[in-house]
Amino acid sequence: MSEQALSPARKAYLQRRKQENIRVHILRVTLLVGFLALWELAGRRGWIDVFIVSSPARVIRTLANLWQTGDLLHHLGVSCYETVIGFTLGTLSGILIAVGLWWSRTASRVLEPYLVVLNALPKTALGPIFIVWIGAGTESIIAMTIAISVFVTILNMYAGFCGVDAEKLRFMQTLGATRGQTLRKLVLPANTDTLFNTIRVNVGLSWVGVIMGEFLVSKAGLGYLIVYGSQVFNMDLVMASVLLLACAAILMYQLVQSAERLWRRLT
Amino acid sequence: MHIEIDHVSMTYQTPEGEVEALRDVCFSVPDQSFVSIVGPSGCGKSTLLSILAGLEHPNNGEVRLDGQPIRGPTEKIGFMPQRDQLFEWRSIWRNVLLGPEVRGDNTEERRDMVRTLLSDYALYAFRDSAPSQLSGGMRQRCALIRTLALEPGVLLLDEPFSALDYQTRLAVSTDIARIIKQKGKTAILVTHDISEAISMSDRIVVLSHRPGTVRAVHDLTELQGISPMERRGTPAFQTLFNQIWEELDVNV
Repeated sequence: MSEQALSPARKAYLQRRKQENIRVHILRVTLLVGFLALWELAGRRGWIDVFIVSSPARVIRTLANLWQTGDLLHHLGVSCYETVIGFTLGTLSGILIAVGLWWSRTASRVLEPYLVVLNALPKTALGPIFIVWIGAGTESIIAMTIAISVFVTILNMYAGFCGVDAEKLRFMQTLGATRGQTLRKLVLPANTDTLFNTIRVNVGLSWVGVIMGEFLVSKAGLGYLIVYGSQVFNMDLVMASVLLLACAAILMYQLVQSAERLWRRLT
Repeated sequence: MHIEIDHVSMTYQTPEGEVEALRDVCFSVPDQSFVSIVGPSGCGKSTLLSILAGLEHPNNGEVRLDGQPIRGPTEKIGFMPQRDQLFEWRSIWRNVLLGPEVRGDNTEERRDMVRTLLSDYALYAFRDSAPSQLSGGMRQRCALIRTLALEPGVLLLDEPFSALDYQTRLAVSTDIARIIKQKGKTAILVTHDISEAISMSDRIVVLSHRPGTVRAVHDLTELQGISPMERRGTPAFQTLFNQIWEELDVNV
């Protein structure tokens, strides 16, 4: 479409939209800056106790210190590593088990009530069990992360597999397709949306698992820093760690979205 | 290829009880003819198609293809499902190659033949498009080519046009009937649309309400050689329509 082809009404509409977007962006930034400024000001004027609520300047100083000592990258790296491993194992095993349930009607009928119970169970309750069984280390944290994401993955993916159009299944049958062919050529590709939704949810759940695990056992990681900071009443450290956590989680979420966009462009 | 449906009966077991879908159904489909099966909903039309496709086996009687009983899905019988059921995640080209892929027959020779089909029916330019980019009529033609890709002698059409609007439906059914005749295929169409059946067929089998039994068989000899669109304007069309309407005994 060339510039000249636009009618005055269209131009005015596009202009209005652009202005509205700019306004929204300005308000967003203002809200954040205003909040931070108010927080800092309240601390300096003594309206709030910075020992308990910290302040933006102290958080930045803490981050700078952590960076200089190398602790920042160490703890961030440990948590990211645990999240990526836990997320990958939880998601992959969940999908594999869902495929198994789709494959065998008997398996799905037998296992259904167990899956529902395990899914409803708050997985944090399993933490102490993992520690006793596997030991107070990274393995337990990863086990925790898998426990938190695997059951919901199984149930979501299996529901997606069962939702495939019956007419399409019948059509594959008339072609003489085997169960494996039906899975590869129809059931899996028909569930790309379900897969990416599950992955998005699992990224969030994996962080929950890692932080919970680190609260319970670890010697390193962002969860460890948060617990340690609160125990020694170093709220600057706690706030700095939460901020790092938010950044890492957002980054990972963005990575998944880029991967999804790339996938959709390629197929 | 000719088909005999020989005293076919089918009863389903469901948790709620027994459902008798078909009772003693008998008729034949001559080589290269177009036979329609019409009947009210729930007359066992779909069951009959599943049996013809080799997906289900009748409790009694048998279905023979060129004298051989049908024991399972075979390449000789192609199926055109309700709506087109094209796979959205595949391009047109990969959609029409689905059958050969599944059958392990995705050879250069096969691809050449499919390529010819696509260009014969004005779809070659759209081979890389997604199904959603095609019109309803083009999608239907694509679904037909996907079925023809395995060169079946018999085509089973399971209300393939039911999702189309009226105008498209008229155009598409004319188009599909022409292609099927041109290719010399034997075809069985299941439909609840009497006009569609009369406009496309050489023979119409009227089924009764469940359990499905053959209520009447009409040979449309006087309409032979007339195109589907022109048939709709003939006096014979009206007469036949009224007759079948009465046989269907529709109660609302």
